[in-house]
Amino acid sequence: MTRARKPKLAVWKFASCDGCQLSLLDCEDELLAIAGEVEIANFLEASRAVVKGPYDLSLVEGSITTPHDAKRIQQVRRASKTLVTIGACATAGGIQALRNFKDVQEFVSVVYAQPKYIDSLAKSTPIADHVFVDFELRGCPISKQQLLEVLSAFLYGRKPNTPASSVCLECKRRGTTCVMVAQGTACLGPVTQAGCGALCPAYNRGCYGCFGPMETPNTVSLAAWWQTELDASDLDLLRALRTFNAYAGPFRKESEAHDRKQ
Amino acid sequence: MPVQLLDWEALEEFFTALKRRGFTLIGPQLQDGAIVYDQLEKPEDLPLGWQDVQDKGSYRLHQRDDEAAFGYVVGPHSWKRFLHPPSLRLWRAKRSESGFDLQEEALKDPKYAFIGVRACELSAIEIQNKVFLGGSYTDPHYRARRQGAFIVAVNCTQAGGNCFCASMGTGPKVETGFDLALTEVLAPSRHYFTVEVGSEQGAELLKEIPHQEASQQEIATAQQLVATAAGQMGRELDNSGLKEILYASYDHPRWDEIAERCLSCGNCTMVCPTCFCTTVEDVTDLSGQEAERLRHWDSCFSIDFSYIHGGSVRASGKARYRQWLTHKLASWIDQFGSSGCVGCGRCITWCPVGIDITAEATAIRNSQAVTGVKTKGTRHVQADH
Repeated sequence: MTRARKPKLAVWKFASCDGCQLSLLDCEDELLAIAGEVEIANFLEASRAVVKGPYDLSLVEGSITTPHDAKRIQQVRRASKTLVTIGACATAGGIQALRNFKDVQEFVSVVYAQPKYIDSLAKSTPIADHVFVDFELRGCPISKQQLLEVLSAFLYGRKPNTPASSVCLECKRRGTTCVMVAQGTACLGPVTQAGCGALCPAYNRGCYGCFGPMETPNTVSLAAWWQTELDASDLDLLRALRTFNAYAGPFRKESEAHDRKQ
Repeated sequence: MPVQLLDWEALEEFFTALKRRGFTLIGPQLQDGAIVYDQLEKPEDLPLGWQDVQDKGSYRLHQRDDEAAFGYVVGPHSWKRFLHPPSLRLWRAKRSESGFDLQEEALKDPKYAFIGVRACELSAIEIQNKVFLGGSYTDPHYRARRQGAFIVAVNCTQAGGNCFCASMGTGPKVETGFDLALTEVLAPSRHYFTVEVGSEQGAELLKEIPHQEASQQEIATAQQLVATAAGQMGRELDNSGLKEILYASYDHPRWDEIAERCLSCGNCTMVCPTCFCTTVEDVTDLSGQEAERLRHWDSCFSIDFSYIHGGSVRASGKARYRQWLTHKLASWIDQFGSSGCVGCGRCITWCPVGIDITAEATAIRNSQAVTGVKTKGTRHVQADH
């Protein structure tokens, strides 16, 4: 399609492992097509050359964990026409949100020789807690296909196809036998959002919940089944729910219920 | 045509004859701790000596003390995935100077030979025939796949823990809709199948392989095995007046109680051999030069499924489960002329939290009998899907 000018794309990093940004570089076959459609204006993982803002589309990776980042995300928002958060850190606070359940100052005092140089917020929070987010792309890491879908949808002004239904639908479509029913393996698939293509069950593992809670997660019922039928303990549930999306509302509440019972 | 007899040893020639006619054989085999349907090459690929033990939310394989090839009931797959594929591209479009060119997906007839179709599954195919081929709007993809298929049915000689085909009048004996129907018999020194011929095509194929007419004794033995299965049903469902009862139960408190357990994950609809709902998804490529429309299995348990202007019309888990069960057991009758349930028990087995459709329908029936809810004046659930 002919455009007056290519939209400017920026990729931003906050507290994260860079894995989701790398999903963009991972689009090896499509990278030239992306570069053909957008001007990659700010993407430090790919190039030191930075084009000044404002930007048409900002992809934001990572969570907010420091006062400095809390200010910086405001600048990013102001410089971005459309802001899309990518990955569990940006959409739910990430694995580093485990600290939200404890006193971060205690960790700081134990881990660092000079705690006074550490300026950390009490909680690791998703980007949407700080600024308006146009679209959230889930996953730890995000799926390359879904990222391409979001980019295509942005370029042509349509809604991205990223269903919020359960992983089970993907599992059944690909014909994978349910690991929970057939093997008694604990699986978070029924309460987790689709998007990964039901990767883990296809390799005989239960779902780890990388894509966060699905649209209508009934964690109470699933947890009760794990406990009565799969002999899971409160600690097992706590550990299963407190991973990459530990601070996402439904997972957080369910894990807190089992934390209290422990 | 009288009942015929096929020895186990002739099964290989049977498979070869099907292949010679260009069929791709699809049948039961062991994969990841379950008996699933996939491409089959030789009789030894069948799940010899295995059987499934099923309960609410549970499926386990156990070794049998014989070498039965069809000694299981039904697994996580159904033939639906071959006749009505989980994902299908409907068309592609390419941008042109004047607009765009549309390229419809070519109809595929993969010429499947389904090996081991059970009575409940034949009923499910019959129901999907009505859904996809009845009425004004038919599905050409389904038609191509269904018309080309060769069906080798197998009578159940034992029932599973979640089976209730006897209640639904759909089994365990196959009645119609097959090319050939086998009953497996494991006599002390002999492994054979009695064979009923259901079509011209079936009769023609049988001519190409060694067989003989079955004796009265052999026929009686096979019939006895099927009769045994009929008496072994793990579950039952009383269908009398069920449609009226469910229509009158829109506000029944049981729906709230089920919603506390239901995960809205959609597994029941995916494994159900009659559930047919799909969603379509339009995608564009990065360059904006190409677009395509894809069709995927969808579920009435997802929010998007019932999304219309302003929101989802079935926003609660209660509304979604009520819709599914009421459609399956009641409004389906008004829509397609039969119940949408064939009693295969898949939704009970593959529900991750073991919700049992027979128990829920029975609970609603029983509590209605006590409270005597009136039919008149209550809201009816629309027959939709």
